[in-house]
Formats: sequence, structure tokens, C-alpha cells
Amino acid sequence: MERPYLKIDQVSKSFTRGGDVSEVLRDVSLTIHKGEFVSIIGHSGCGKSTLLNMVAGLLPVTTGAILLEDREVNAPGPDRAVVFQNHSLLPWLSVYDNVKLAVDKVFSRTRTRAQRHDWTMHNLELVQMAHAKDKRPAEISGGMKQRVGIARALSMEPKVLLLDEPFGALDALTRAHLQDSVMQIHASLGNTVIMITHDVDEAVLLSDRIVMLTNGPAAHVGEVLDVGLARPRKRLDLVSNPTYIRAREAVLKFLYERHRFVEAA
Amino acid sequence: MSAPALKAQTSPGKAPPVKPAATLLKLPTRTAARQAQALAVLRRIATNVIPPTVTVLALLLIWQILCDKPGATLPSPLAVWKEAHDLIVDPFFVHGSQDVGLGWRVLVSLQRVAIGFGLAAVVGILVGALIGQSDWAMRGLDPVFQVLRTVPPLAWLPISLAAFRDSSPSAIFVIFITSIWPIIINTAVGIRNIPHDYRNVAAVLRLNTFEFFYRIMIPSAAPYIFTGLRIGIGLAWLAIVAAEMLTGGVGIGFFIWDAWNSSRLPDIVVALVYIGLVGFVLDRVVGALGSLATRGTAAS
Repeated sequence: MERPYLKIDQVSKSFTRGGDVSEVLRDVSLTIHKGEFVSIIGHSGCGKSTLLNMVAGLLPVTTGAILLEDREVNAPGPDRAVVFQNHSLLPWLSVYDNVKLAVDKVFSRTRTRAQRHDWTMHNLELVQMAHAKDKRPAEISGGMKQRVGIARALSMEPKVLLLDEPFGALDALTRAHLQDSVMQIHASLGNTVIMITHDVDEAVLLSDRIVMLTNGPAAHVGEVLDVGLARPRKRLDLVSNPTYIRAREAVLKFLYERHRFVEAA
Repeated sequence: MSAPALKAQTSPGKAPPVKPAATLLKLPTRTAARQAQALAVLRRIATNVIPPTVTVLALLLIWQILCDKPGATLPSPLAVWKEAHDLIVDPFFVHGSQDVGLGWRVLVSLQRVAIGFGLAAVVGILVGALIGQSDWAMRGLDPVFQVLRTVPPLAWLPISLAAFRDSSPSAIFVIFITSIWPIIINTAVGIRNIPHDYRNVAAVLRLNTFEFFYRIMIPSAAPYIFTGLRIGIGLAWLAIVAAEMLTGGVGIGFFIWDAWNSSRLPDIVVALVYIGLVGFVLDRVVGALGSLATRGTAAS
């Protein structure tokens, strides 16, 4: 069998606040291969963002380990670039400078100034944002900001690209556009991607596998679904595709039959 | 009957044919528009200039009435105008090393404030950044600063004199210590309010401490820092009289102290106006610098 690229091994996470210990995730194990697109889906509050933040190294694991190419992940780094839900562009820098900051930092030793400029522009072109390179984030739309966020993450040439509900704050049409862009980029670059989402259609459309988390506290992997759809996928063709419908049904059943979201109150 | 007839005869001869008549028709509307525009500008100027002018004149009048009586303790505006005439009309005269115009004195004082405030800005931002980064330091030092910042400038005089044993550094220290507190406190608050997302970005990019400081911290906290600087420059200017009681020489602060000792009250009045105007300008300059420097940071 192929050597695992990213291995999440028996990871648990609990937060301690005052004297209370709340267990968010328990014994989550997951193996992701190079070039795979994996979505993690679950009801809000189940700890999917916590899981992603641990892979990013922004949060420490409580027990267990996360291994990327057999090396333990214990600090954040550009090899696991994150696209944040709220874009997190620096508002005082132009679109170009936001991406350039990442490029300069990651490739300061290995590439010349001209190469870094070209690479910055290349990534902006990849997300079709080269035309707005001199604008400030406040001057562009939400979808455009998210595109720049993706360009910034891609520009670091990460081993794993982490998407934290990247399209959650966007309207449906913009979201569809961006999903298509992400599919194209994934097809041409072959990145390994982990995406957090709560949108069933998005998960089925984009992913090779969908990891479904049970409800918290102490959430764990409830089920893993192989989406057996051939690529390239076309949004319109899939609507009536039986495999698509079956996959969609499986995820919906998991979320709304077996693990209904019980609100706290 | 003859006059209209004459007009009727001459006008066809004078007036050129149809085309120019059209431009003649157009011209009045254009000038009317321009007039309306000019009127609007005038009105805007008037609404901004007339109220303060009226208020100032009224205050001067009240002051004149109150202080015009024989036996009044303070000079009236007219008396000030008469007795301190040279100070008012020529800020830049030089009649000897100690007898110079108030403009020169203000410049000397500004230089002193620039050194004291400049030091306070640098130290204040660095210390504020340090405190903003650490919860423990914030909790430990914030009460100390809150108490120290209420100490008036004059109260620092003996302490600084005892410490430095020289008037010039003591004066700068008084300005420094008066203006540093709001800079520290505002910087610290600004740094504590850096959105967590920016810290995450910095972590993913592995920015080092220095890069984080000038790439993330300073721009993100800039609006708070400039608020602190603006309050600080106001306080620094407030401290100038206290500071120059020590140094002597040609500063505007010392001028007031000196004028009081030789009971030249009208001179003091003129100096007060100078101090007020310069303080106002300083405040606006720092404010303008702030809005220039923080253009992009407000919205995201």
C-alpha cells in the first residue's frame, strides 16, 4: 500500500478552562494520500475547525500525533498553508503585497527578487485577481478577497492546503464560481487539500473522500465516504448523476438521521 | 419718441448676426452657474468663519469692559495691544540675546518638546508593545501607569532635578515623563486588540519577532498608537512652562515665568495666546499624520 502522506493518528483534544475540562475530539484517525482532496463535514461546534487548526499547528494536540511525511507537526508553517474563513488579508497591504509578503517570507533564500515578483503575479493570475493587484482588501468584494486568500496560500507551495470553510461567508453564485476555480487549480496543480465545510453539495462536488464527524462533545470520525466520481467534474452534469445522488444522500442521512444536531438549549 | 427710434436704428447695425446671439444667450447662464458656485464657497467660508469671529469679538468686549475699570487687576485687551505691541506685530525681532520675538522663543521650546516627545514616542511604543504582548505585564503595570499618569508635570520637577543635577536634561525628562503614559497605554491596548486572525497569518508565515513587530503589530495598532501620540503631544506642550522654569534661556515657558517675576502682565497674555495657537497646530499636525498613516487599516 502507498505510504501515507498525512497521518492523523489517535488525536484527541480537550480544552481546560478554569477547572472544567471539555473534550472536543476523541481518537480521530485519518490517513490522507498525496494529491487527495478530503472534506471534513459535521454540524457546527463538532470540532472540525479545531481538527484543522491542529493540522495547521495553530493548536497543540492533547494526545495522539499528526505526521506529515513521517515528521510530527507541532508548530504552524508555510508547508500547511491555511485559507481562513474570513480571508484574513492584512488591510493595510495591497492585494499584491498580501501575496508578496508570503512569497518573500517563504522563498527569501531560494529565489531572486524578480522570480518572487513573477511567482506572486503567477498566483494572482491563477485565481484571476491580477487585475486588482494594487487594490486594498477593503476595495474588493468578499469573493475576490477569498480568491486572494487562496492565492496567498497557494503561493507558499504548501504540502497540504487547508481550507477552513473558505466559502462559508459568500453568496451562492460567488461560491459556485470559487468552487469551480478550486477544482481547476486542484486538477492542474494536484495539491493535497483538506477542506472544512458544512455544505453537503460542496463536499460531494469537490472531494475524493468525505470525512463525517459525529456531534461533540468528544466527536470522532463517524464515517468516511469515498466519492467515486470521475474528474473532471461538471456541476451541471452531476445533478442527475446517480453516483452523485447516492453520495449526497449518504452524507445527508449521516448528518440528519443518525447524528441530528441537538441544540444545547 | 426720438430716443427709442435712435436705439432701434443703431442696434441692428451694432448687433452681429444670428450666431453670436446664441453665444450671448449661453453666456449669462454660465456666469450664473459660476456665481452660484462662488456664492456657495463664500457661504461655506462664512459659516465657518463668522461664528468664531463673533464669539472672539464678544469675549474681547466682555474682557475689555471687565478690566477697563480703574483698579482692575488684569490688563484689558487694549492695554495688552498698547503695551505688548512689538511682541504681537513682530514675532521674529532680535534685540539682544535675551530680548527676542516670541516666534524665536516658540521655536526653542518646540525643539525641547521635540526631543522630549520624540523620546517618549519611541520608548512609549516599545514599552506599550511589550506590555500589550503579555497579559501578566498588562495586569501588573497598568495600575502603576494609571496612577503615575495623573501626576502633574510640576510635581516631577524636584525629582528630575535631584536625579539629573542639571537643568537641561531635567526639563526634557519632565516633558518625556508627562507625555509617555498615554502613548504606552494606547499602544498596549492597540496591540491587545490585534485580531487573532492576523496572529494566525503571522504564525503560518513564521514571521519572526521583528517582522511581526513592523509587519503586523505597528500597522494594526496604528490607529490606537496615533491616538496616544495625539494626547501625548498635547501633554508635552502643557509641560513646557514647568520644564522651562528650570532651564531659563529663551523658551516661551521661561518667558512667562520671567514676565511674571518682572510683572509684565500684558506680555504673559500674548505668550498664552502663542502657546494656545501652537498647541492647537501641534494637535492637528499629529492628527493629520495619524489619518494619513492609518488610511487602510480601519476597514477590512
